[in-house]
Amino acid sequence: MRHLIDITDLSNDEISRLADTADRIIADRQAFSNVCAGKKLATLFFEPSTRTRLSFEAAMLELGGSVLGFSSADSSSASKGESVSDTVRTVGCYADIIAMRHPKEGAPMAAAAKSPVPIINAGDGGHCHPTQTLADLLTIRREKGRLGGFTIGFCGDLKFGRTVHSLITALARYEDIRFVFISPPELVVPEYMKNGVIRRNRLTFAETDSLEQALPELDILYMTRVQRERFFNEADYIRLKDSYILEPSKLRAAKSDLCIMHPLPRVNEISAKVDDDPRACYFKQVENGKFIREALIMFLLGLM
Amino acid sequence: MKIDSIKNGYVLDHIKAGNSMRIYNYLNLEQLECSVAILKNVKSSKMGRKDIMKIDSLIDLDFDILGYIDPGITINIIENDAIVAKRELCLPERLTNVIRCRNPRCITTTEQELDHVFKLTDRENRVYRCMYCEAKAKKEG
Repeated sequence: MRHLIDITDLSNDEISRLADTADRIIADRQAFSNVCAGKKLATLFFEPSTRTRLSFEAAMLELGGSVLGFSSADSSSASKGESVSDTVRTVGCYADIIAMRHPKEGAPMAAAAKSPVPIINAGDGGHCHPTQTLADLLTIRREKGRLGGFTIGFCGDLKFGRTVHSLITALARYEDIRFVFISPPELVVPEYMKNGVIRRNRLTFAETDSLEQALPELDILYMTRVQRERFFNEADYIRLKDSYILEPSKLRAAKSDLCIMHPLPRVNEISAKVDDDPRACYFKQVENGKFIREALIMFLLGLM
Repeated sequence: MKIDSIKNGYVLDHIKAGNSMRIYNYLNLEQLECSVAILKNVKSSKMGRKDIMKIDSLIDLDFDILGYIDPGITINIIENDAIVAKRELCLPERLTNVIRCRNPRCITTTEQELDHVFKLTDRENRVYRCMYCEAKAKKEG
């Protein structure tokens, strides 16, 4: 039985197969509308997340399956002090697969050790969010036609941003990718990502605090939100949250085929005026997230 | 017990000077009933100064803990007054319940029954990371 706890649980080959399946679903949704008939997905969300939970639920419903679950710890037995392990052992008696979000880092791994059904990590604190990474990879592949041979810029909170770390880790396994990290000094990419993940894979990176300077050379720009919940100190959050805002005027210097991505939700780091720019891909990312989750559910249930 | 003679037990040699008491505490040697000798700051041609420990019993030593604290230690195994084996240590790939994860966001802080497992992620720099949250362990030795 397979789980998806970290993006590196999947080989590049498996990621390609998932993306191929997602492409086929996008091309002919009707053909997949019944593949999970009779199967149930449990969404165990110990902390709120409308977007990811609905994406998982929509994915399962579009495959012809059913969904059950809870959307906050208050409405689960966790509020009575039940352990994550006991919760998944119980829910595993009701559902065929579990998508789980938990504020504690490593909770899905602890759950997977005891679960009788596949566990999908739908986000564990500031640690991992592998299905967001799959959505990002599918978007890059669909927009650029390949995973490799480009310069990608990451902008914003590169210290705490789990989506950034997961995507860097995933992309570092491909060839001919150059990273540009754009952030204030307080929010730079951790050293172990730069010296471990990137250099170990013989890829190169540059660091800057200027979005304007970096933009012209980028093929992909990955914007991130400075997340309030990742800060211990409110004053630090307020000081840094508006560090980088993408506006149409800045995009004049960017490539015509730039792919602008964002894991969403955004606060104000991408102006709404950018939404109509053909280079804006963040809502495509949302939709791709649903399709790649469909492929993942099929894969983990042995239906792909 | 004469410090230089052990019938059955261990001599832990080439301990980095100052590490012997940490080893004593990590291995809970205060719970032993046999003799334990600690020699601190012994002159060494190879190391300058070193610590030596002698344990007068063939207890079940946790080599992972020893390797984690000080991989340079040489363990001499003594049986019937003679060295019957020498064992070199290395950094263990995995540590279970030797160190605790200090990340307040880690699941091990709330799931009490979980083992605290750390994996060696960078041998050169002796970096261990929590298996669950990947937080870096505080360096030892």
